[in-house]
Amino acid sequence: MKREGSPWTGLWAVVLKEYADHLSSVRMRILEGLILVVAVATVYAAAQSLRQTVGEDPFIYLKLLTTSQDPLPSFVAFMGFLIPLTGIALAFDAVNGEYNRRTMSRLLAQPIYRDAVLMGKFVAGLLTMATTLLGLWLLVTGLGILRLGVIPEAREVGRGLFFLLATLAYGGVWMALAMLFSVTYRQPATSAMATLAVWLFFAVFWEIVVRLLSNVAALVVMRGGTENELALVQVQLFLSRLSPNTLYSETVLALLNPDVRALGPVLITQLEGAVRGTMLPLWQSLVLAWPQFTALIAAVILLFAYAYILFQRQEVRA
Amino acid sequence: MNEAVIETQGLTKRYGDLTAVDDLNLRLQAGEVFGLLGPNGSGKTTTILMILGLTEPTAGTARVLGYDPLRHPLQVKRRVGYLPDSVGFYDELTARENLRYTARLNGIDRAEADRLIEQVMERMGLRDVVDRPVGTFSRGMRQRLGLGELLMKRAQIAILDEPTIGLDPEAAHEFLGMIRGLKADGITVLLSSHLLHQVQAVCDRVGLFRKGKMVLEGTFEALSERVLGGSYRINVEARRDGLERLLAAVPGVVRVTPVRGGRYLLEASRDCRSEVARRVVGEGGELLELTFERVSLDDVYARYFQEARGEA
Repeated sequence: MKREGSPWTGLWAVVLKEYADHLSSVRMRILEGLILVVAVATVYAAAQSLRQTVGEDPFIYLKLLTTSQDPLPSFVAFMGFLIPLTGIALAFDAVNGEYNRRTMSRLLAQPIYRDAVLMGKFVAGLLTMATTLLGLWLLVTGLGILRLGVIPEAREVGRGLFFLLATLAYGGVWMALAMLFSVTYRQPATSAMATLAVWLFFAVFWEIVVRLLSNVAALVVMRGGTENELALVQVQLFLSRLSPNTLYSETVLALLNPDVRALGPVLITQLEGAVRGTMLPLWQSLVLAWPQFTALIAAVILLFAYAYILFQRQEVRA
Repeated sequence: MNEAVIETQGLTKRYGDLTAVDDLNLRLQAGEVFGLLGPNGSGKTTTILMILGLTEPTAGTARVLGYDPLRHPLQVKRRVGYLPDSVGFYDELTARENLRYTARLNGIDRAEADRLIEQVMERMGLRDVVDRPVGTFSRGMRQRLGLGELLMKRAQIAILDEPTIGLDPEAAHEFLGMIRGLKADGITVLLSSHLLHQVQAVCDRVGLFRKGKMVLEGTFEALSERVLGGSYRINVEARRDGLERLLAAVPGVVRVTPVRGGRYLLEASRDCRSEVARRVVGEGGELLELTFERVSLDDVYARYFQEARGEA
């Protein structure tokens, strides 16, 4: 049976409303304040230690993001922590919040499809995150110009923009997951806790699980030998990459460090003829990070599609 | 005036073993106020959701203004305004912002929307609070805001689900007046409620729901005729027993129930007090009291469900 009209009728009305809500919500202001403080602190500290070597590093602006200065971790490390939180905060009450405010049936009684509601909320969340990230990145760059006195080069800007895209995709994964739970659970507190639990699991426990599993695998295989060793490392890497955190950190590693040439084990024979200390061009780094980057985007699409199906089939009545 | 604006045929909705709505045939004519009446959980809200295309029927069809809500939900929802029971708004937004959002979802442009908002807020008596956050609104104000939303989108049909529940008597009375105002505008109203006297006050026709079935339908007079045999009640006190047959013979009297010690309760299809008085006195009876009341929907409802229980 075919429905008349476009499923996107009213999409922009929903997007604009949700975007305005996010930008003015207390929740987002707290998070943005937090991110701002972290950004200024880490970048300031990094700039402090980089001032000595300004002339020597061709990618000083990328170093600004990745350098850690005790006791502060690097900007990127902090982002890996704060971006999932932002994603979760943007979406954990997207659907159940409408039910709880009793606005859902009134909203769906307007001449729009459900598609527009869910899609609009998701797009608005991404837009909010993109706005925050872009502002943040401009701030960091501005701070860098002030503290280092060097103008960023195009290749640094390019890598920076791809870093933003990867971060957006990473945040999108957690946002899609939070949205999925906001469809399945009727209480916003439950969906928030469920998403945080999944995030904690991947952030803290997944590496432990991977190590345990690969130890078991090593026991099963038993025999030594380079080939088996290599196979074990491959398995470990594969398992580890099931976590969006690993995918993100590898993508960022490749994008922000032009001297990184491989994200897995490299045999000494493969390094034959390599010129040490040379930097990869941007597109080569992109190729390197491509599988991780697309995997992140695939995870966003899969999670969102699942939430979409569940929402379409949900009864309007509580 | 006789075209059907809402028509359902064999409309059925099952949730697993539970049949929420069972083979419903409903017909609403343009410009009338129809009351869906029944206890909680009798299928009123499910019926409304199916008419709006928000829930898919298990069987049967619905047509709203000639459109199928399943195939043409946008056409239906553009023309039908829905006020859910205990309607919610975005509390942190003002009344104006809430309505602007609805206007944008309905594709009304900004200038037109602002003009309409002024107009309907004036009519709903909310003009002074239009820029206050809805979180500060009382329940009655929210209901009026919801009604204003229907007016703003120029709905041809208004579907109101339990609109007066939880309102104080004065606010409820005021709200009923506004519903009559909708009728005056030529808007067809479908009203669900279990507050009978309110339904009686505004509805042209009512349908009585019980366990997902519409068991009775018609004008209030027709219903009381069918269930009670008449819509008038006459209390007679004559201080004499054995007048049943005499009273039952009065034209218009449908049923005579002796109460005690010379008191009788008559149910009649018309006002026949003078004839009753004449006959009682003519028999030499001592007529002490003769009071008259019109029955209310409560009586119809109570009697119907009493009998239904008796049969079960």
